[in-house]
Amino acid sequence: MKQLAVISGKGGTGKTTLTAAFASLANNAVVADCDVDAADMHLILKPRVLEKEDYCGLEVARIDLELCIECGKCRKFCRYGAVNESFEVDPYKCEGCAVCTIVCPERAVSMGKRVSGVAFSSETRLGPMAHARLGIGEETSGKLVSAVRSNAKKLAEQYCKDLIIIDGPPGTGCSAIAAITGTDLVLVISEPTVSGIHDLKRVIELTAHFMIPIVVCINKYDINEENTQMIEKFCTELGIPVIGRLPYDDIATKAMLQEQTLMEYAKNSEYISENEFANRVLQIWARIEKILMDIQGKQKGIKALEINKL
Amino acid sequence: MKIAIASGKGGTGKTTVSLNLALALSDVQLFDCDVEEPNCNLFLGFELEKVEDVICSVPVIDSEKCSICKQCSDFCRYNALAALPTRILVFPSLCHGCGGCAILCPEEAIQESQRSLGVIEKAKEGSSPEFYRGLLNIGETMTSAVIKKLQQHIDNRKTAIIDAPPGTACPVIASIGNMDYCVLVTESTPFGFHDLKLAIDIVRAIKIPFGVIINRWGLGDSRVEEYCKAEGISVLLKIPNDLKIAELYSRGIPFVREMPGWDEKFLGVFEAIKLQLAGIEEART
Repeated sequence: MKQLAVISGKGGTGKTTLTAAFASLANNAVVADCDVDAADMHLILKPRVLEKEDYCGLEVARIDLELCIECGKCRKFCRYGAVNESFEVDPYKCEGCAVCTIVCPERAVSMGKRVSGVAFSSETRLGPMAHARLGIGEETSGKLVSAVRSNAKKLAEQYCKDLIIIDGPPGTGCSAIAAITGTDLVLVISEPTVSGIHDLKRVIELTAHFMIPIVVCINKYDINEENTQMIEKFCTELGIPVIGRLPYDDIATKAMLQEQTLMEYAKNSEYISENEFANRVLQIWARIEKILMDIQGKQKGIKALEINKL
Repeated sequence: MKIAIASGKGGTGKTTVSLNLALALSDVQLFDCDVEEPNCNLFLGFELEKVEDVICSVPVIDSEKCSICKQCSDFCRYNALAALPTRILVFPSLCHGCGGCAILCPEEAIQESQRSLGVIEKAKEGSSPEFYRGLLNIGETMTSAVIKKLQQHIDNRKTAIIDAPPGTACPVIASIGNMDYCVLVTESTPFGFHDLKLAIDIVRAIKIPFGVIINRWGLGDSRVEEYCKAEGISVLLKIPNDLKIAELYSRGIPFVREMPGWDEKFLGVFEAIKLQLAGIEEART
């Protein structure tokens, strides 16, 4: 079973839109929406939930005020500032480390479960899908991402699917790392803006850090062709394939408004430009499939990149 | 006054709004709290200097003293310590620096050393706006620790604009948790609207007054405006879906600098925020 992760560093470059389009094109895939704190894939794929499970992340400290003698040790030892003057624990600040439980002389502190999200295993018109909803402001988005990926694997086994397509989160932090570790290929959706380029370089470093092969696709390439060429140039220098360019087009929004994938929408579109757009997506997908086929087991990604030189 | 610029969905225009608002105001501090992907300075071009490292404590185990009692590895909630038959293994990148293992160790075999998570930088003296940013090291996961350190540089006598990260998880709470006001930037598409509602859930849960800026106005449909109207949420500004703005953005130019009239509009946003906060204050007393 192969795993493809779609990320971008910068938000709003088209990860979900393209992942949904790939879901229409892949014959035998499971979709995993790993952008758990702003999950949007379900708006297009309209999943029918088969199983749902409360997801418990790190625990949260509770102080029994009946037993508490207000000695202040918990507050002194808590490195996250989670215990206030009245010995109440702020759940948004508590990281569940449990240090307070070991320093309390009265055993007044206990660790309680906290439901930090819900994980779903679902069916859609385009195949099985794993997704989740993170509770507001919860700490453990990375762990919930891992839970989604493990559900996706189970679905793939159950439905005999040989590919998992992961819609990743923006950024380079805990959720992004959880979304890409152990995958076979990372696709970065970039855009030719100063932010897009900066963030692309950061995610290239990230994938190099975890030694995962990477390919790049440039969305909205025509808003700044000079920047597009710059991206293509430095990717080539790093030996990273740029597998396609997509123009600026409202098709993504139009398809979204119809709750359709790009491919579903384009099928009924009479505009040449929209059909061309869909064709480009088709070609990008064909290249990805070929690269995935060529990847034998775990390859080593590019190492020791000198991104700063660029 | 501390104003955070946030959004559930990424790429809706948080950085654009933060920059343009900060440039329209005077005596203002701008903080780039999107420490995983800080972009503000691409548009400001300031020369940055390091203020401090953001550090996290990690255990160092003295194998001479360690009796492999496993109390530390059993205690660690982050799986940063693992007990092998002959020694305890430390995984620094998983450690949250809580210090519990060192407190527990009966042999006093655990010392703490410091690991760098990232860095806080600021623009050289005399830059306007006054600018600070955090940068999380590649491969690190403790985003919130960098944001908290960065926010220690807020000067309460000034107006602070905080460019928050996307999403709804802990880095967002760390960025907007102690703000006076939150601006939610969105676009009127199904994704934008869905994630706006998530963001509204957050600001309501942590009780921060807020308003909405609709970016790429004209794209999509009118669902955001209708929702805001029905919910009595103030729409502070609409930024049109203008290729000129997108093109300026692609080159790293904040559009207030190039497009006449927008300075006043962002000043108007600031006035509207002040008015809304004054109204809330009045209702309270």
